[in-house]
Amino acid sequence: MSRVVEPMQLDTAVEAGTGRVATTRWRRFVAQFASSKTAVIALVVLLLSIAAAVFAPWLAPQNPFDLASLDILDAKMPPGSTNFDGSLTYWLGTDGQARDVLSAILYGMRISLFVGFVSVTAAFVIGAAVGLVAAYFGGRIDAFLMRVVDMQLSFPSILVALVLLAALGKGVDKVIIALIVVQWAYFARAARAAAIVERNREYVEAARCMALSWHRILWRHVFPNCIPPLMVIATIDLAHAIALEATLSFLGVGVPVTEPSLGMLISNGFEFLLSGTYWICFFPGIALAIVVVAINLVGDHLRDILNPRNEV
Amino acid sequence: MTATIIRRLLQTGLVVLVMSALVFAGLYVIGDPVLMMASPEATDLEREAIRRNLGLDKPLWEQYFIFLSKAVQLDFGNSFLTGESAMHLILERMPATLELATLAMFISMVVGIPLGIYAGLHPERLLSRSIMSGSVLGFSLPNFWVGLMLIMLFAVMLGWMPAGGRGPVEDFGPIQLSIFNWEGLRSLILPALTIATAKCALIIRVTRAATRECLPQDYIKFARAKGLHERRVLGVHLLKNIMIPIVTIGGLEYGQVFAFAVVTETVFSWPGMGKLLIDSIVNLDRPVVVAYLMLTVVFLAMLNLIVDIGYTVLDPRVRLGATAS
Repeated sequence: MSRVVEPMQLDTAVEAGTGRVATTRWRRFVAQFASSKTAVIALVVLLLSIAAAVFAPWLAPQNPFDLASLDILDAKMPPGSTNFDGSLTYWLGTDGQARDVLSAILYGMRISLFVGFVSVTAAFVIGAAVGLVAAYFGGRIDAFLMRVVDMQLSFPSILVALVLLAALGKGVDKVIIALIVVQWAYFARAARAAAIVERNREYVEAARCMALSWHRILWRHVFPNCIPPLMVIATIDLAHAIALEATLSFLGVGVPVTEPSLGMLISNGFEFLLSGTYWICFFPGIALAIVVVAINLVGDHLRDILNPRNEV
Repeated sequence: MTATIIRRLLQTGLVVLVMSALVFAGLYVIGDPVLMMASPEATDLEREAIRRNLGLDKPLWEQYFIFLSKAVQLDFGNSFLTGESAMHLILERMPATLELATLAMFISMVVGIPLGIYAGLHPERLLSRSIMSGSVLGFSLPNFWVGLMLIMLFAVMLGWMPAGGRGPVEDFGPIQLSIFNWEGLRSLILPALTIATAKCALIIRVTRAATRECLPQDYIKFARAKGLHERRVLGVHLLKNIMIPIVTIGGLEYGQVFAFAVVTETVFSWPGMGKLLIDSIVNLDRPVVVAYLMLTVVFLAMLNLIVDIGYTVLDPRVRLGATAS
């Protein structure tokens, strides 16, 4: 927390046009990031999870959506058992529909991460745009936009998402919409806070004197300097988004049964948990926990480095 | 001061009004309750009759106006399903959620504050770092996940606690509580722990940050220079000052727990308000959903107001007027 922040604004004020400046800044950032072993390990775990999700069709022993490859006799097999001719080992067991839990997790991870990345990216873009506009124009526009943000944030995200999904219905696209709605406000607030500081700096004044258009000033000059705090929010929000999607799917208002995310898998396994068939629910739960915690650890360390001072 | 409070009250009122319009409009889009209530063989005429009975044939603005004038009298209509008053249904469930939220906040304060102070006093020690890493776990793990793991460990494997439901309740005047008997407490403890995990992590972080901020202050140095016992320095001089942010955050979180109980109550089949909300959403029971949301809006808005005002009372350095301008 108490780490001294390098005066980034000095470099950026010079316009990061020359490669040398950019390289040293990047190197400094990498060196700072590497100072925490936990964060590096978390980053590696995160990258592995992403790779596992992307390459799921090639990595998974079985395609859990291909009904032909499922044999209902293999349902609820404990971890480590094999199918009838021994050609396939269910390392993490099978679920109630004879799906290999490991394969289901890999495919589920794909959907969870996809929903997370898409919603956070969209929320980032919308929130940053609103925040920058509010900070740049100030006055009534600012007051109005920030009241909207306040109102949005005063409501617990889970409630907003629940009610929205109740209105929209199930579906991956609808979950993404709901996640964008509950997340954009965080970005808007952070972008505004960062941009208000930047607005009064000399380089913005210089850009104004050159009669550049406001969107050019905002986009090319102010925005790049607001990225560090926004990246911290984005990382932590990615974990939030994945956890929230899992929660919504668990409650039965998230993704449809045909596209099971990790949360859906956990929800499916819940009914078997009480009868002692723990693995159907437990392993997807562990996968979800690993991803969410890894992202949070990376985000936590990023916040220490970039220190936007806007959260506890 | 009075002017500020009045202004904040007006703002709060405005927020509640806007939210009521949003809630009403949002709920209007959710499915058609008539289709659900009428039997599949019902004729169009019968459906029309139900629609008229529920007042759904009137124009939207008129429905909203009726809704608003009834809402101020705390009348949100009757549940489409049971025919009981929606408000009554919710109030009936409120004690269950209340005792759950209260026990959860109590646990997280009792555990979180000492750990946070320790981590703030010795930031470099291994134990402090473990506490901080643990707190990352605490608030990043989804609520329902923690609940599932607790069920698996304590209910299925060890069999110490029931996996869900509420134990026997005792009457305390109009409300029923289960916290004061052993069986009831046993079924309360797992859901309360589930909520407390996340809140405890937050309390640890706030306490640690506050402690680190307070320690270098003159009054701590002076208390130490006076030769006061360390226990007194920490227990009186430090604790008094770090309580301001803790009470603020704790108060706001208490409100959030009410809403987040939705998830925990579903996992543990806890018959509280949150479970009622989920069931009502699934059954398209509009009056109950609207009543729940409106109550939450008012409750959270009031809580924000109280915390704001309480902040000024607790900390004379903060003046609402100065920050609001």
